[in-house]
Amino acid sequence: MPDQLLFAIEVTLNGLMAGVLYALVALGFVLIFKASGIFNYAQGVMALFAALTLVGIMEGQVPFEHLINVTFGTEIHGFGWEVPALLAILLTMVVMVLFAWAVNWIVLRHLVNQEPIILFMATIGLAYFLEGLGDMMWGSDIKTLDVGLPQGINTWIDETTFNAFGYGFFIDNLDLVATLIAILLVAALVAFSQYTKQGRALRAVADDHQAALSVGISLNFIWVLTWSIAGFVALVAGIMWGAKSGVQFSLSLIALKALPVLMLGGFTSIPGAIVGGLIIGVGEKLFEFLIGPLVGGATENWFAYVLALIFLVFRPQGLFGEKIIERV
Amino acid sequence: MKLKLATLALGTALAAGPAMAELVFPSLSYRTGPYAANGIPFADGYADYLTLVNERDGGIGGEKINMIECETGYNTEKGVECYESTKSQGALVYQPLSTGITYQLIPKATADGIPIHSLGYGRTSAKNGKVFSHVFNYPANYWDGASIAVKHLLDENGGDLSSKTIALIYHNSAYGKEPIRTLEELSEKHNFDLTLLPVDHPGQEQKSQWLQIRREKPDYVLMWGWGVMNQVAIQEAANIRYPMDQFIGIWWSGSENDVKPAGKAADGYKALNFHAPGDDFAVYDALEEHVWSAGKGAGAGDQKGTVLYNRGLYAAMLAVEAARKAQEIHGTMQIDASMMRDGLEQLSMTEAKMEELGLKDFGPTFEASCENHGGSGKAAVNQWDAESGTWEVITDYIQSDQEVLDALIEEDSAAYAAENNIEQSCS
Repeated sequence: MPDQLLFAIEVTLNGLMAGVLYALVALGFVLIFKASGIFNYAQGVMALFAALTLVGIMEGQVPFEHLINVTFGTEIHGFGWEVPALLAILLTMVVMVLFAWAVNWIVLRHLVNQEPIILFMATIGLAYFLEGLGDMMWGSDIKTLDVGLPQGINTWIDETTFNAFGYGFFIDNLDLVATLIAILLVAALVAFSQYTKQGRALRAVADDHQAALSVGISLNFIWVLTWSIAGFVALVAGIMWGAKSGVQFSLSLIALKALPVLMLGGFTSIPGAIVGGLIIGVGEKLFEFLIGPLVGGATENWFAYVLALIFLVFRPQGLFGEKIIERV
Repeated sequence: MKLKLATLALGTALAAGPAMAELVFPSLSYRTGPYAANGIPFADGYADYLTLVNERDGGIGGEKINMIECETGYNTEKGVECYESTKSQGALVYQPLSTGITYQLIPKATADGIPIHSLGYGRTSAKNGKVFSHVFNYPANYWDGASIAVKHLLDENGGDLSSKTIALIYHNSAYGKEPIRTLEELSEKHNFDLTLLPVDHPGQEQKSQWLQIRREKPDYVLMWGWGVMNQVAIQEAANIRYPMDQFIGIWWSGSENDVKPAGKAADGYKALNFHAPGDDFAVYDALEEHVWSAGKGAGAGDQKGTVLYNRGLYAAMLAVEAARKAQEIHGTMQIDASMMRDGLEQLSMTEAKMEELGLKDFGPTFEASCENHGGSGKAAVNQWDAESGTWEVITDYIQSDQEVLDALIEEDSAAYAAENNIEQSCS
């Protein structure tokens, strides 16, 4: 097989893996938008906050440590224990559920029936608040996240492809794990929405708020549930991205990667987020590989948004989104 | 009633009395936002050194320092706002701590007569003081960095880089593109191949670039990164098993923050630095005595001895010494911004002075002048030891290739002068 073709296959495979990571972020947006029509600007910051909380709990950090020390003149430096990763993930999930409840109780329930732009603005405020809260609770330093996920080249794939083609493909173990987790996550979400009472209620709210209310479904409960699930998805995304770069405040910028995925896949479709992520991932990597060298490189962000714009022109609702027709 | 009036009059008289003179040093810091992890140690080091001078020496020449901290969030617009809101308070010198903010402030500060010290960042050709009268970028600039990295590689290869390939992975911004011109010149001079690999902001996704590096196997990789780009690049290099001792970052890609997330895989990674890492300096004893144990330290006090803390310390020390020089030149303790500019321009950092300040061998010696606002152009190579979690200094301070750089600086600064109708001169 010619070298260029082998390289292109390797790039495509890595693009698929990158696409899965983008889709993980996009999923959180879709869940909330589908259930409540809110474009949650704070989704990236939620991933950051969840990852910060996870590392803080794992390392036995005292929340608001610096603030307490400055205010009371104490010398607190952690609880002095370490929490196993699995337990820390569960505890972080509890924090994200509490966060979901607080968002609903303090912000959203006061904004029922407001214009979508008002709700969007509220999530912008929420993003800034959450970023500041994360900073005060856990500090601004870059934290190493080690929940035992494997990283680095998968030697089996490398050796197998080398024996077969004379060129070993690079696939990151972390990306393989992310793919597996994304598959499990989507399967769990689908099973939840299809086969559980709460899941069906969630779908009912997504279809028609007023009809759902009329049959006794609690909007408050559904919104807390949705934000909790989005918090869980944010935690998964935070772990995957945080394992690559350490947990730091730029983690919130991963939301930028989700926007073209949403435009392409549609804001209301879970399969759309996955397919959109894969198309963006493969597309941007192949474009960078084939065209990048001719135009100076760094085309990935540009390509992702241009592709999304093209989709907006020809299919504004995205690949799997609902076509909205409003009477005027 | 009379007593009340008398009290009021006394109060008014006291309030209207001559204000205590201060030396105002604004600190444009960023303790929040995506780059806070890098902004905090610098800001802490800067503040702690100024506190030390106030507490131990009673200020500079008896004049207390007033440091005004303004949060920029590493955002250019906010940085300019900080400048505008603090300049009227008697600001003596600005450290913008961002190449973007520096570029915006160069014309403004020059017009206002306030000097800028962009330590190891900002506009490289500002080294030419005949054009950039109010901008100082000593002790080294980005072009020095590119040349020093190549010189280090020449040393490692017996002076011959022909047939070698060097890849530059860089932040796709004005900052990241700075070394390209120099590296192109040096590739012609030393006959090595140069591959350019831009990374989009913020740099969380670099798979394409590292797959290319894996395919093309360059002999060395240089990095001009910042923030998350650094951590991801080092992790990706480890993932593809690129030899860490063949991977060299500029000084903004060489802090503890950059290597720690990759853990042991970062062992052997190299970075340039124009000052020493660690806390094995006499000034640290003074800081302990007069600042930290007195409860006057900045921030959480957990940044001591880190690379970026030391950089903040170094920037503050140079500002203090320049102010001292300005007082000496003008024969007054109460200096203004124009006097400070003179102090910065005639600053001389000798070994004896560094030792006297408790900073023996902390940074290169240099002598500023009107023609040279950029210092000696020297930096050393540091190497990360993951086992001990420390940077080891593995070379002496290496002098950049002035033969190549001087011509480039002359060309770039002349173009700026022509664009802005500046007549090159030493006043």
